[in-house]
Amino acid sequence: MVTDTEALSTFRSEARAWLEANCPPEMRKPILSEDDICWGGRQWQFQCEAQRVWLQRMGERGWTVPTWPREYGGGGLSADEAKVLAQEMRALGCRVPLQSFGIWMLGPALLKFGTHEQKLEFLPPIVRGEIRWCQGYSEPNAGSDLASLQTRAEDRGDHFIVNGQKIWTSYADQADWIFCLVRTDPAAKKHTGISFVLFDMANAGVSTKPILLISGKSPFCETFFDDVRVEKKHVVGTLNAGWDVAKYLLTHEREMIGGMGDRHGAKPLGQLAAQQLGVDALGRLADPILRAQIAQFEVDEAAFRITMERTMDMAKAGQGHPAFSSALKYYGSELNKRRHELLMQTGGTQALEWESERGQAGASARAWLRTKGNSIEGGTTEVQLNVIAKRILNLPGA
Amino acid sequence: MALVLTEEQSMLRDSARAFLADHAPVAQLRALRDSRNPDGFSRPLWSQFTEMGYTGILIPEAHGGLGLGHVEAGQVMEEIGRHLSVSPWLASGITAATALVRGGTTAQQAEYLPRIASGELIATLAVDETRKHLPAQTAVRATLTSDGYVLEGQKTFVLEGEVAGLFIVAARTAGQAGDTTGITLFLLERDAVGLQVEDLVLADTHRAARLNLDQVVVAKGAVLGEVGQGWAVLQAALDAGRIAAAAELLGVAQEAFDRTVGYLKERRQFERIIGEFQALQHRASVLYVEIEMTRAVVLKAQQALDEGSAQASALVSVAKAKAGTTATLAVQEGVQLHGGMGMTDEFDLGFFMKRARVLQEVFGDAAFHADQLAQQKRY
Repeated sequence: MVTDTEALSTFRSEARAWLEANCPPEMRKPILSEDDICWGGRQWQFQCEAQRVWLQRMGERGWTVPTWPREYGGGGLSADEAKVLAQEMRALGCRVPLQSFGIWMLGPALLKFGTHEQKLEFLPPIVRGEIRWCQGYSEPNAGSDLASLQTRAEDRGDHFIVNGQKIWTSYADQADWIFCLVRTDPAAKKHTGISFVLFDMANAGVSTKPILLISGKSPFCETFFDDVRVEKKHVVGTLNAGWDVAKYLLTHEREMIGGMGDRHGAKPLGQLAAQQLGVDALGRLADPILRAQIAQFEVDEAAFRITMERTMDMAKAGQGHPAFSSALKYYGSELNKRRHELLMQTGGTQALEWESERGQAGASARAWLRTKGNSIEGGTTEVQLNVIAKRILNLPGA
Repeated sequence: MALVLTEEQSMLRDSARAFLADHAPVAQLRALRDSRNPDGFSRPLWSQFTEMGYTGILIPEAHGGLGLGHVEAGQVMEEIGRHLSVSPWLASGITAATALVRGGTTAQQAEYLPRIASGELIATLAVDETRKHLPAQTAVRATLTSDGYVLEGQKTFVLEGEVAGLFIVAARTAGQAGDTTGITLFLLERDAVGLQVEDLVLADTHRAARLNLDQVVVAKGAVLGEVGQGWAVLQAALDAGRIAAAAELLGVAQEAFDRTVGYLKERRQFERIIGEFQALQHRASVLYVEIEMTRAVVLKAQQALDEGSAQASALVSVAKAKAGTTATLAVQEGVQLHGGMGMTDEFDLGFFMKRARVLQEVFGDAAFHADQLAQQKRY
């Protein structure tokens, strides 16, 4: 561990003191379930007063977004200071006060492409968790081929009128505003007629419908736009150059998902199977074929975990291919599906209980079904393999 | 320890690559085979190899080696894999030398290690007894008499057996097949009475031997380590050999892959470059990821061995298993994607396929190591 410089050391003590004085004890307990997560927004119901107070205090200090510029409400910290803050928060067990698409996706895009006025209008409410955002990208006819999107924004002089539909919009029914890709020039070639716009979900003409998955309830929604008014000043980046903003965001999203193949706290499969199914006289799983499948899975899982470690080490050393995140996303999602297939095999008939006293509302089966989406969302496995082929292996073709 | 090479390690890799490309390219393997070279390797190359210092990478400086580690050895082994270079180094300077370093007395080390480092002596482990590598099943018997120990039984798949001057033989002084206690390592010289060496030419042109031990007497001083306690030293030697084989497999896979991707970019059929076909692109991408994952886990295991980490043995098993399955896929795809040409002897890819198959069986294949990991995790 690198020792702090004097300035960093001072920052560390000050941060620690502030956290100790301001982080309520309820917010020092680990996040155990979805219910403990704070998303903020106009509709948000705080779990308890402590959650509200914690968000307010961190938001005021800009420490929900430690490295964003002070000018827009951010913490104005350097990367090193932000690392120190994260360490001190971890040491005290402080929860992250806010989960937010605004922080992860829109904010970085605004910082890069937005006007000063847009940053002033939208960043501070993100910082304080007052406005919750959703992402309007995919459409029923524009998934992998996102650039073929058809949601239309017609120029009406001082504003646009938007008509169309989005799908897979996470938390659209809970969100306050949306960042949305719309077609502003239908005559232009595919990628070049798209704009990145922002508007209020409370606007007339906006409606949402939740999507039930094979695994049950999900945050996903269909979102419908029926003559929705969008202000011209709410176009981010250049008109008809929204694809650049979208691409920038997608890199962030893929890296976010890429690390999800390795869930911390995931029980070792082999030992779980031994517990659930029993072992023979030699201490081996009673089912030799399942045993072999689990053993091979654990080899691949170990190799993947080490590959993620190596990718980070290489990045720190200025090595590695930028498109390698596609390899991690592809392999991590396929590994997750394999894990859950093996969990279902191991769980046998008990894992099939969808409604029963001990079935936990079908938790095993639901988790297994949900993982089937991992290789589809955030860029399908097939798309990731295309990216690897084109950008890393330089194989020819469109 | 970060999973990246140091500058010195990268330089060693580059120099090994340049040396082997010049002195031991794939064409040399073909020439060794076609000329039916009696030693199974080129003596001139072996001299140059030892002059470069590679032979002594894992041997302490006090005994004429370079005193480096498994990461360094792995850089050279990977290049050996890429070029299909043939030498007794894996058997001698890596595996047998490690047994001596870990288990030998000062006198035993002084007697053998300098000559192994200089290339003058080729030493090799004699452990396998059946088709599959199962060291705990050691059944060759060593009985104590007034003359010393009497070895009786057969060993197989002894790498470089034909040219070896020293065999390190795993034999049982107590217990039964399946026990890891009761195994003793013996230093057996070539001229021992009752030792018969049957030379085998393997599918990849490399040489191995079957040993027949017919009442072979070895002095008590020829015990390597403690009587009945040879398992730990044996495992250390095997792990050194396994991770080296894994590095060589990685090189075999990488080269087979690189040549295949090159071919996909050149070959025209149906009025286009075949590399445009998505089905082929996806197969190449899948293989690319497998190779990168193998690379990461081989480096991790090498570093763990160098650090003396408690996880090292398990990581070696992950690495050997992964390298085996990846190389198997790489050479399979290599031949397939080269079409009819890939099936010709004239084309080099067949050699990569043969070497991968042999290396899988060296010191435990993917199935063996997956089973080892499962046993350690108690399922």
